[in-house]
Amino acid sequence: MSAEMVGLYVFILSCFVGYHVIWGVTPALHTPLMAVTNAISAIVVVGGVLVAGAGQVEGAAGPSLVEILGFFAVFLASINIFGGFVVTNRILAMFKRKK
Amino acid sequence: MNLELNPNLFALVYLIATIFFIFGLKGLSSPKTALRGNGFAMLGMGLAIGATLLNPEVRSYTWILAGLAAGAVIGIPLALKIQMTSMPELVAALHSFVGLSAVFVAFGTYFKHLAHGEAMDGVLMSELAVGSFIGAITFTGSVVAFGKLKGSFGSNPVTFPGQHLLNLVMALGMIGFTADFVMHDRVESFYALTALAFVLGVTLVIPIGGADMPVVVSMLNSYSGWAASATGFTLQNNLLITTGALVGSSGAILSYIMCKAMNRSFFSVILGGFGGEASAASPMAAAAGKGVKSAAVEDAAFVLGNSTKVIIVPGYGMAVAQAQHAVKELWQALVEKGVDVTFATHPVAGRMPGHMNVLLAESEIPYDVVQELEEINPDFASTDAVLIIGANDVVNPAAKTDKSSPLYGMPILDAYKAKQVFLMKRSLKAGYAGVDNALYYYDNCALVFGDAKAACESLTAALHEA
Repeated sequence: MSAEMVGLYVFILSCFVGYHVIWGVTPALHTPLMAVTNAISAIVVVGGVLVAGAGQVEGAAGPSLVEILGFFAVFLASINIFGGFVVTNRILAMFKRKK
Repeated sequence: MNLELNPNLFALVYLIATIFFIFGLKGLSSPKTALRGNGFAMLGMGLAIGATLLNPEVRSYTWILAGLAAGAVIGIPLALKIQMTSMPELVAALHSFVGLSAVFVAFGTYFKHLAHGEAMDGVLMSELAVGSFIGAITFTGSVVAFGKLKGSFGSNPVTFPGQHLLNLVMALGMIGFTADFVMHDRVESFYALTALAFVLGVTLVIPIGGADMPVVVSMLNSYSGWAASATGFTLQNNLLITTGALVGSSGAILSYIMCKAMNRSFFSVILGGFGGEASAASPMAAAAGKGVKSAAVEDAAFVLGNSTKVIIVPGYGMAVAQAQHAVKELWQALVEKGVDVTFATHPVAGRMPGHMNVLLAESEIPYDVVQELEEINPDFASTDAVLIIGANDVVNPAAKTDKSSPLYGMPILDAYKAKQVFLMKRSLKAGYAGVDNALYYYDNCALVFGDAKAACESLTAALHEA
């Protein structure tokens, strides 16, 4: 099996896991669900890190194009990571039961 | 350290991160476990980033750390300061960042391979193209959604003749450039397909009206997940593929729930044009002012205060007027009088899924007195009084009785079945779907005119006096 096929297997099976887990989410928490999925979709930061950390091409002065692209990828994704998790925390902390 | 070089170790850590993400989402099945779930998700993200930093492919840390720090400096204060009524805007903005980030990763990965003289096969290049265009559509689509939610350029649908044809031509062009990029390795085509995707993101979202925003926000949520999955394929990284799929299916399910709650098909939402002011000229609008009863605040307070059972239906108007705290005071005043008060939420009340629940939670109304549509609908018939605060389409009985209504077939909160209905309203304007509300003309319905916040405050005052 090629790496792509493994990826496809993982992808399809994950969709099934997602389907079952998400239907279990109570509708009252649909806003924090969006906020937290927002934060975790910033997992693209992993790609950004691999690009931003590619290192300089030998002999080149200043940051390379690859590094600049990587920096912005990491920057944007981490706004999401920090912003998404913090706001989710804030929302969830507000949900309280009757005293 | 030799350990660092073992790819299986990375894969194992990524697998643990994936499991943490799943636990995180699973925690949201109840408000009791949700906070802990968010903790798991954060832990998963920390593990994923930590492991990636140790990857031998990472040769310098300057730009990574700069990016992470800059993101934290902007993201954390933003999340701490944002008003709960502005959550839909924040979510749309965050979607756009993920989309653009995915575009940068795709281009960065491409140029990195070039710079290192590594060969790229057709599979990788098509994955890069897909990652880039999904990211690009997510980016501009979310920017437009953000603008519509913020009201910067109006929430009305923007339609023009040949719009769908134009979208189709652009989509085909995008596929054409993708094929050219993959087969001939022409970087210009990579730019061109991404540029087309940026334009397509705009043209896909501008025709969608304010009433359909919950669907759009969920849909873009889903796209941001698919963008992450596509990036995962380019990097052959199962963590990204899995996480993207989880987010993608979450957004897709939310879109489905929203569409169902409006009785609209997903395609009719996407094709757009619904929810403008233009369609307000319904035959019933002409009858406005005729047969509509209004009630003074004191009268409404008297009836509510002497009821045994009251249901409050909040809507987008409550969010606009920032009335959630005034609503809480009113709730307290009623509870002190021994009234049994429940809140009823409709899935599409507000501008994003669960919007009302968050606002009520913010004002410290306990979540166990807030009920969903299916749960509460049987209770309306045995309810003494219903108070509707800034909700309109979601309580419009025309959805059940009037086959010609655009709302026909949409599941509504059966407020009209209660003995008495009070509807708080600024004016007799139609709802966001541009549809007149048949409820106004019901015998058991009386309108309380005024801004939601001011009206709630005066109701509370009247209850305290009585």
